[in-house]
Amino acid sequence: MTGSNGARPLSELPAGSEGIILELLGGRGFRSRVANLGFTAGATVKVMQNYGHGPMLVSIRGTLVALGRREAGQVLVSADAKSDER
Amino acid sequence: MMHDHDGSPSATLVAGARTIALIGQPNVGKSTVFNMITGLNQHVGNWPGKTVEKKSGVFRGQNGVVLNIVDLPGTYSLTANSEEERIARDFLIHERPDVAIAVVNAAALERNLYLVAELLALGQPLVLGLNMLDVADQHGIRVEPHVLQAALGIPVIPIIAAKNQGVRELIEAAAAVAERPGDWKPVRPAIRPEHEPVLAAVQSLIAGHVPRPYPEDWVALKLLEGDAEITAMMEAALPAETWQQLRGLLREHEDAYLDIAGGRYEWIGRMVRAAVTQPRAGAITLTERIDRVATHPLAGLVLLLLVLGVAFWLTYTVATPLAEWLSTQVLAALDALAAALLGAAPAWLFGLVSDGLIHGVGTVFAFLPILVVFFAVLGALEDIGYLARGAYVMDRFMHLMGLHGKSFMPLFLGFGCNVPAVLGSRIIEERRGRWLTILLAPLVPCTARLAVLAFLAPAFFSTGTTLVSLGLVGLNLIVLAAIGIAVNQIAFRGEQSAFIMELPLYHVPNLRTVGLYVWNNTLSFVRKAGTLILLASMAVWALSSFPGPGINDSVLAAFGRLLTPLGRLMGLDDWRLIVALLTSFFAKENTIATLGILFNLGAESPDLATAVAAVLAAPARLAFLAVVMLFIPCLATTATIQQETRSWRWTAAAIGLTLALSLLAGILIYQVGSALSASQL
Repeated sequence: MTGSNGARPLSELPAGSEGIILELLGGRGFRSRVANLGFTAGATVKVMQNYGHGPMLVSIRGTLVALGRREAGQVLVSADAKSDER
Repeated sequence: MMHDHDGSPSATLVAGARTIALIGQPNVGKSTVFNMITGLNQHVGNWPGKTVEKKSGVFRGQNGVVLNIVDLPGTYSLTANSEEERIARDFLIHERPDVAIAVVNAAALERNLYLVAELLALGQPLVLGLNMLDVADQHGIRVEPHVLQAALGIPVIPIIAAKNQGVRELIEAAAAVAERPGDWKPVRPAIRPEHEPVLAAVQSLIAGHVPRPYPEDWVALKLLEGDAEITAMMEAALPAETWQQLRGLLREHEDAYLDIAGGRYEWIGRMVRAAVTQPRAGAITLTERIDRVATHPLAGLVLLLLVLGVAFWLTYTVATPLAEWLSTQVLAALDALAAALLGAAPAWLFGLVSDGLIHGVGTVFAFLPILVVFFAVLGALEDIGYLARGAYVMDRFMHLMGLHGKSFMPLFLGFGCNVPAVLGSRIIEERRGRWLTILLAPLVPCTARLAVLAFLAPAFFSTGTTLVSLGLVGLNLIVLAAIGIAVNQIAFRGEQSAFIMELPLYHVPNLRTVGLYVWNNTLSFVRKAGTLILLASMAVWALSSFPGPGINDSVLAAFGRLLTPLGRLMGLDDWRLIVALLTSFFAKENTIATLGILFNLGAESPDLATAVAAVLAAPARLAFLAVVMLFIPCLATTATIQQETRSWRWTAAAIGLTLALSLLAGILIYQVGSALSASQL
């Protein structure tokens, strides 16, 4: 599941876990849009809801953002994410 | 100095007065601030050539101060990612408002200041309205306005727009900056040190070539950010050789824009660190608690259906009786007036006014209560913050049709009436999704069509009436889904629109905001679609009255007779059925009224349905009902589609599509049905 370089897509993080954004994939328009929303390298992102299918909810820079699964797959985060108990 | 964007003399903007632009990200309470400043002194139109709403108004202060206020579309940044962002940016650059008020949400300050950083880089004189301090407080977020003001070097005014607190101070601070722009000395956002050399290189390449009124340093920054519009502008403005050099330089730093966005957030982080106290980790907020239900895949669906159920209940218990009362009262009063005024006029003129014009007015009035209830529900849900949750829950289903989750709400409410469904598509920001929703909306069977179905079906089928009716509604929905998928695959090449949506924090709805939302939207329906409805209503009257004397000898009847060969393919041998379909364009429930006239029976008569059934074979009955359900959108819906898209082509596409679909369904049902019953004999 975890890539050898330690990066994995945000869509694979379970609810309640946090990750640090490493890289954005996908087209320029998409990357520019999410970067403006605060998805930039180094930002902490917390997964609020992820049922493994359909869209997911994350919290970034104090805002709740809904992301399609495909979109979340294009946000690479650090694998050494810490989990908290919910 | 202001150009009027509606191309006509604006009712509200005052010539010579200073202009203040309101700008902010979505969900910051910007429209509430605008409503508090202008009240009913506002004008809602469209940006020139765009379907994006433009709101402007006038502020009149106590000491004779008059200010023009322009509300710019909500925008996350000044990168031209969307039509809204382009409009906001072009306005600031080309119209040069004297000062801008940036409204920010104190509960999401870091992200909100991203836009502020962009505005400061543009050099736009600016004051900050720090809004929703109460909401931030509820979430344990503390913001110190003075610290923020010191860090940014611009006036920061704490406000709670929903309670009208601080709005006066905000507008006074903005007016003060407009009076003395020289005193305004902001801290300019710095970019990362490692980007300074390349930014300087870009700037020296473009120096002297930047078209007015674009600021050179800002253009250099946008080039580095890879802004498509600015890049194209400079390609045209620069000598070929310089452009080649610039392009090479930009290629080398292709990913700079991500670093620039990151750098901006770092700068913001330094600005806000001292001013903001975050809540302790692990605290569960009210929003999180509500969202456990509202965004749950199953519980969220149930909640959404409940919310929509309440909306329908309100429509049927409040709006529908009111609509009937209003249209009969208004019609009776106008008819009496017409009789008094036109007593001596020729019969045709009286007919045109009474049956054409006045009935058109009645149609417009009949829609008003339904629209008011619809917009009140939609406006309240949006202001509370729920609309985004409903869209999130539905997204996985709407996705299949290439639609955004937000399309669900207007489409579903289309069961009540297609007009608000088309109008409601405004909540979808992306043009593609909005237009596809508008195209699909007429396929949702509205109450009027369901009433026709309920009237005819029992007489048409001795058994299984309910099953047939449900089947026909199901047919509409299957066709809707199929067309959605097909249009998405063919016209949009299966390209999914990216699903990224902010879910705002919940808060108590503001009555004034919801009230003005209802007022503006209803008014714009009357003004725009209303005119078209009146004109078309008179045209339809003329077609069904001339040369006369009754509808039996009208142009419409002749046209219906002409179409009988086409009708025969669907088993509709009788021209009267075709004329009934044609008049359903005026209003769907007209199908019954026309049949009543043509069959010489009252529309209320139970014998009418039986009489109609008598002229049709069983497969033709089913075919006729299917055509009624799928037939072209009614006049009011068509007028609304034209007004919302401002495209006759798209309007024609909506009519052509439903026409083709209904004929196809009618022919298929009749031919297959006849073949089946023949084989059984």
